[in-house]
Amino acid sequence: MKQPLSKKRKIYEVLMKALMLLAVGLTAALVLFLLVYVIVKGVPNITWELLSTKPSYLTGRIGILPDILNTLYIVIATLVIVLPLGVGAAIYLTEYASNQRIVSIIEYAAEILSGIPSIIYGLVGMLLFSNNMGTCLMAGALTLVIMNLPTIMRTTQESLKTVPRSYREGAFGLGAGKWRVVRTVVLPGCVDGVITGCILSVGRILGESAALLFTAGFAHAVNGIIEGLASPGATLTVALYVYAKEQGEFGVAFAIAAILMVLTILINFATTTVQKKFAKKRS
Amino acid sequence: MNSIISVKDMCLWYGDHQALKNLNVEIPEKSITALIGPSGCGKSTFLKTLNRMNDLIPGVRITGDIRYKGADIFDKEVDVSNLRKEIGMVFQNPNPFPMSIYNNVAYGPRTHGITNKVQLDEIVERALRDAAIWDEVKDRLKKNALGISGGQQQRLCIARALAVQPTVLLMDEPTSALDPISTSRIEELILELKEKYTIVIVTHNMQQAVRVSDYTAFFLLGELVEFGRTEDIFSQPMDKRTEDYITGRFG
Repeated sequence: MKQPLSKKRKIYEVLMKALMLLAVGLTAALVLFLLVYVIVKGVPNITWELLSTKPSYLTGRIGILPDILNTLYIVIATLVIVLPLGVGAAIYLTEYASNQRIVSIIEYAAEILSGIPSIIYGLVGMLLFSNNMGTCLMAGALTLVIMNLPTIMRTTQESLKTVPRSYREGAFGLGAGKWRVVRTVVLPGCVDGVITGCILSVGRILGESAALLFTAGFAHAVNGIIEGLASPGATLTVALYVYAKEQGEFGVAFAIAAILMVLTILINFATTTVQKKFAKKRS
Repeated sequence: MNSIISVKDMCLWYGDHQALKNLNVEIPEKSITALIGPSGCGKSTFLKTLNRMNDLIPGVRITGDIRYKGADIFDKEVDVSNLRKEIGMVFQNPNPFPMSIYNNVAYGPRTHGITNKVQLDEIVERALRDAAIWDEVKDRLKKNALGISGGQQQRLCIARALAVQPTVLLMDEPTSALDPISTSRIEELILELKEKYTIVIVTHNMQQAVRVSDYTAFFLLGELVEFGRTEDIFSQPMDKRTEDYITGRFG
């Protein structure tokens, strides 16, 4: 037992440890580099003028206010449509459906749907929506609805499954009907799942560009929400693509990148906060 | 004795497995009937049939006849909500909803359409008093029900069941998850409730059956072996299997 390890084994141990350290170091360095690089290149370009104006070809000014608004509109429109659909489907599948085979087929389909590359959603969205209603934010939002439906549905379902059976039994035992049980006892118990799904979806919508390039267009006009949804418009990610790739405005592109990165960090933070808060409430 | 629930030739299957075989029993009104028997003998299944809680389990098939106050409970005209309002239930593990104590008790009355605040206040207070928990919770009705002890939670669940003014109360091992002190409080409560309600209680604890019940039904392997006055069942059982069980030879 007390014999020292043979020299060969010692070298082997040290070598493996060094390799793993290298892997960790590289990973951390890459992430940090990306963060720092984007922040350093982006933040100095974020000015009040950039955030609060629209671009003008006459003066050569670039402003991303329309893109910020468009992003907001598309997030709102998508959530307003996807939430009732996703939550409703989840409730039906978990609480009402009796044919377990069909339920698992739908769940499997949703699983696959959430793994499809987003550019395919864009293609389908273009044919389904843009070709009928024109290229507009609403067409983009509808495409994002299909994309986010599985996320909302699955997170809600998982959360519904955590509501104890005994709550349902207790309510049925008092003579409550199915819908009353769902509304008063089951749904309040799964609010955290719905919120988590929402936040995850907002993250995906913020980050989506491929699907929107096909469907929502590139315009930079400042509109109200109704008019905005009916007209073409670029979200922040699409604007980033346009400014970097077509106009060579890397300063602006990095400014948008920095804003998106900060939003992503905020969203991650919000998700963990919600989950922690509800975990505490449960215990 | 007047019977309030009468069961004739009742059988129950879970898929292909027959869990209850040809049960015939009359549940006497305003008295306490204990259902005893070893685990898996069908006593809980039988209890849950009486207010059709088994409807919630897929693959259950029931034949035979169960009448509550003379009316067939499986009749298509019967609204299961109203049946469960008449025949309430208290479960094995205390299962208050994750809401305030007040809202827990008011849940049933609200379900059945009572929205008047004054009326609800009255019902809640009366139910909590009847369940002997009013004094302990009257100052914290707005607090979450999950914050009180297990024994209090179970009495709250009894109050919640009483709030819809049932006639019969089904209790599925209501003290098996509780400590001895909480158990004796609930037993006292059950004895008091006999004045107004018919109670059917499933219990694993034979002393409990002797202490609280007027009638006892002994179940074995899905059959009702013997039914009679509790003192008779425990002093001079007619069936050898009953005798073996109550003297602790199996189970």
